[in-house]
Amino acid sequence: MITKRIIPCLDIRGGRVVKGRNFEGVRDVDSPVALAQYYNTQGADELVFYDITASAEGRGLFTDVLTGVAREVFIPLTVGGNINSVDDFERVLGCGADKVSVNTGAVRTPSLIEAAARKYGNQCVVLSMDIKRVDGQFRVFAKGGREDTGIDALEWARRGAESGAGELVVNSIDTDGVRDGFDLEMLAAICERVRVPVIASGGAGRMEHFKALFQTLPGVDAGLAASIFHYKEVGIPALKKYLRAQGIEMRIGGEPYGPEI
Amino acid sequence: MIAIVDYGVGNLFSLAASLRHLGLESTVTGDADAIARAERIILPGVGAFGDAITKLRATGLVPTLDRAVAGGTPLLGICLGMQLLFEKSGEYGDWAGLSYLAGYVAPLAGDIPPALKVPQMGWNALEILDEKEPLLKYTRPGEHVYYVHSYYVKGCENSLKAGSRYGVFVPGVVRAGNVWGAQFHPEKSGTAGLAMLKAFGEGVG
Repeated sequence: MITKRIIPCLDIRGGRVVKGRNFEGVRDVDSPVALAQYYNTQGADELVFYDITASAEGRGLFTDVLTGVAREVFIPLTVGGNINSVDDFERVLGCGADKVSVNTGAVRTPSLIEAAARKYGNQCVVLSMDIKRVDGQFRVFAKGGREDTGIDALEWARRGAESGAGELVVNSIDTDGVRDGFDLEMLAAICERVRVPVIASGGAGRMEHFKALFQTLPGVDAGLAASIFHYKEVGIPALKKYLRAQGIEMRIGGEPYGPEI
Repeated sequence: MIAIVDYGVGNLFSLAASLRHLGLESTVTGDADAIARAERIILPGVGAFGDAITKLRATGLVPTLDRAVAGGTPLLGICLGMQLLFEKSGEYGDWAGLSYLAGYVAPLAGDIPPALKVPQMGWNALEILDEKEPLLKYTRPGEHVYYVHSYYVKGCENSLKAGSRYGVFVPGVVRAGNVWGAQFHPEKSGTAGLAMLKAFGEGVG
């Protein structure tokens, strides 16, 4: 059967990996290509690269990083950040990305999801949502979680999938950086409304949080995290072995076999 | 030299990069002479069957592929490229395929339990049915490979070599004579996938 996926997320600025807590106080972690290779050998099922630069120069550095990774690492690569047009899809797909995630760009231009899905296929379009509770409602936030759009997140998820997003990343601002577990309540509400794969993000602090995620919510396909992997607080091989022992389908990959490749 | 057939469908960056990583010489080309001269051919593809077969026929390369296959050149179809090798597909209409292999392409939806999502997107364990299959000479049973697809091949018992369970048994690797197909993406399946590309590049059969 198909496995649940474990996905490290790498935020890139100035050609380097960074990770903030609650999106602020960014710290340098490592070189993107080196970290991507490390995660590949550790058995990561997919990698997400998030471009958090604002400048055109930074964008050039980002595509260089992406090309460098795609030449060396042969697992699915998802790219997000600064994706505002079909041209931006073209730019990162040409550098070896397999899937492209839209966030603020889709809030500004909702037709972007459909236009990109028509050109590249639904499997290529990921809708990434930063969600926070406001007055008892799940609300979509834009610009890296700084701006309340007033949009209802459950409706936004449903519409996104309907328009052609082949996958959703649900990032809870309320649990991000807190390390007390994924936002199961928010994820359950989203899973009820869509049939496309759902990736949970925000709140992972320990291996048990992934177990709770997959056992409580069968509709969630993947768990995404950054700092716990970057700082080696949780090792991916140990995490996967643990989850497998709990009866959760996992790919145990990365171990060498057969010829030297 | 491996010719990766370029007919305007899909992203060939990773496929070319994975062959380069393995030290295998390849060229991404839509040129009939280059394809005719190639020692091996890879037919990639993503998207919808009708769109892809229409574009492929429009290039005028189908007779070149027919001759290469008849002449014994190893051909590997990947993902939609594998589906094109079969007789027909019912994806958004009725489409004739290349008919190198017996079988047809049908939607996963309807054949699998509703709790399973379509497309199948992710890693699934590969069950090997023919341990002597040379494409799988470096592959262990149960290794995971990366699938992204909404349609799958049926009626291919004669060429079925390996597959994965997703509500139904999804054909993963097929082969008849010098024609191979992989439903998953070997170029995105980590070392498991690279091992298959290496086997193909070294000479199978």
